[in-house]
Amino acid sequence: MTVLVYLDHEGGAIRQASRSAIAAAARLGDVDVLVTGPDAAAAAKSAAAIPGVKKVLQVTDTTGNSELAEPVAALLAELAAGYTHILAASSATAKNVLPRTAALLDVQPIPDIVAINDADTFVRPIYAGSALATVRSADAKKIITVRASSFDPVASEGGNATIEEVALPAGPGGSTFIATELSKSERPELESARVVVSGGNGMLNEENFKLLEPLADRLGAAIGASRAAVDKGFVSNEYQVGQTGKIVAPELYIAMGISGQIQHLAGMKDSKVIVAVNKDPEAPIFQVADYGIVGDLFTILPQLEAELDKAG
Amino acid sequence: MKVLVPVKRVIDYNIKPRVKADGSGVETAGVKMSMNPFDEIAVEEAVRLKEKGVVSEIIAVSIGEPKAQDTLRTAMAMGADRSILVETDVVTEPLSVAKVLKALVEKEKPDLIILGKQAIDDDMNATGQMLAGLLGRPQATFASRVEVADGAVTVTREIDGGSQTVKLALPAIITADLRLNEPRYASLPNIMKARKKPMEKITPADLGVDMTPRLSVVSVAEPPERKAGIKLDSAAELVSRLRNEAKVI
Repeated sequence: MTVLVYLDHEGGAIRQASRSAIAAAARLGDVDVLVTGPDAAAAAKSAAAIPGVKKVLQVTDTTGNSELAEPVAALLAELAAGYTHILAASSATAKNVLPRTAALLDVQPIPDIVAINDADTFVRPIYAGSALATVRSADAKKIITVRASSFDPVASEGGNATIEEVALPAGPGGSTFIATELSKSERPELESARVVVSGGNGMLNEENFKLLEPLADRLGAAIGASRAAVDKGFVSNEYQVGQTGKIVAPELYIAMGISGQIQHLAGMKDSKVIVAVNKDPEAPIFQVADYGIVGDLFTILPQLEAELDKAG
Repeated sequence: MKVLVPVKRVIDYNIKPRVKADGSGVETAGVKMSMNPFDEIAVEEAVRLKEKGVVSEIIAVSIGEPKAQDTLRTAMAMGADRSILVETDVVTEPLSVAKVLKALVEKEKPDLIILGKQAIDDDMNATGQMLAGLLGRPQATFASRVEVADGAVTVTREIDGGSQTVKLALPAIITADLRLNEPRYASLPNIMKARKKPMEKITPADLGVDMTPRLSVVSVAEPPERKAGIKLDSAAELVSRLRNEAKVI
């Protein structure tokens, strides 16, 4: 069996979540990968160095078409003939493209898998992680997205795959890429950060939310947010941790003023150590927190920074 | 122009789902059901486009058991003009639902199909993309802003780390993300009015669609419980524990 993994990269650097998808794919068979975009050549070079990758398919595209689901889904459907499974990390890109590919192949996709039982049987969360469903696919080909936090990423160096250029089909047309706007941040990527500091409703407003920044800087942490904080406009929704946002599993997750609604817990409960600060002793977040402090976060936050500084 | 909005009846988002004792699924009997929250956003967007004079007719569609008509009544109370209930007791999957919707699109010929990005029960996040694939039409998923002008729709989409703008020729498929709008509550007079709006009832067989699921559920289980830890009295104690006990800083 050979498996194709559609990789996400940023300016040629393969995202860690995609290396987790490769780890999942390696459980199913030999692994080929696909990279697309203006920096595809650089990405292909990085991908070729990943141990276990046999072949890298590269689509160099400067037209913006590789940003669109229509042509990329058509490409994956064309390539599918040579593969038993098509996988990708559960990113916004993969969720845009893979279901469309599945439709073209008359396949029901299997999103967000957290475990592989065999080549046809997978475990995936449903109801925002309130339940885990084990499902068996009757389709000849499987189209799968992988929840990165459930699979340890493969190494980024040590492999030596061949690289092959492939052409992007035109697709059905009718869609035009206009622009991408990325928010710039010096902080680590939320999904691969070792430490995440998240704020919720308890941060009260946009200005107060910024009070988390010094703590995050001190810990080299990414900043996250609950859906309540995003809905109230404290931060934009790329910060959202939860079932409908990012799924994270850092070594340390610090929840400040987050009550711990089920859909938030679904996005962070696999973190190694969870710290919660909340003024409500009954907040559900304390049921999953390893260490909790009941109190006013605006008092505790500066104390926490001072203690960290003191300890060096 | 005409808009088609598919809506799904799911366990209300405020209710904690319970896994059935025999592990065959999640208990829905006697549980409060509501319209999938992302579908409410889709309905709201269609209604706003109608209020702006861009849209002339909104058709709500639901595929599922007879009780899905409650969800269609809600959509009509929010502002949909009429609805279609495609009755089936088979478990719905994005692939089969997309096939039903494709048949309805070919019949009704809407210019826009707006769906919620994801249903909060099976969390598939696939139906809109699959419908677009089956129709061979352009798609814009995870929309946070929609503008219709001159036979095209410009959509700002949520992507990882920012946003992306795409322009689609009509007819096109859009899936709604959280920030697109805040759905209205249906007013009592509108709920009363919705009772008189037309609802057509058909079956997948009428549309020639085979609903046989491709995924079979082997089992459904509760996720492993995480144990509550300890409460601390001070930031100093927390830092000390994180450093010396958990060893994560």
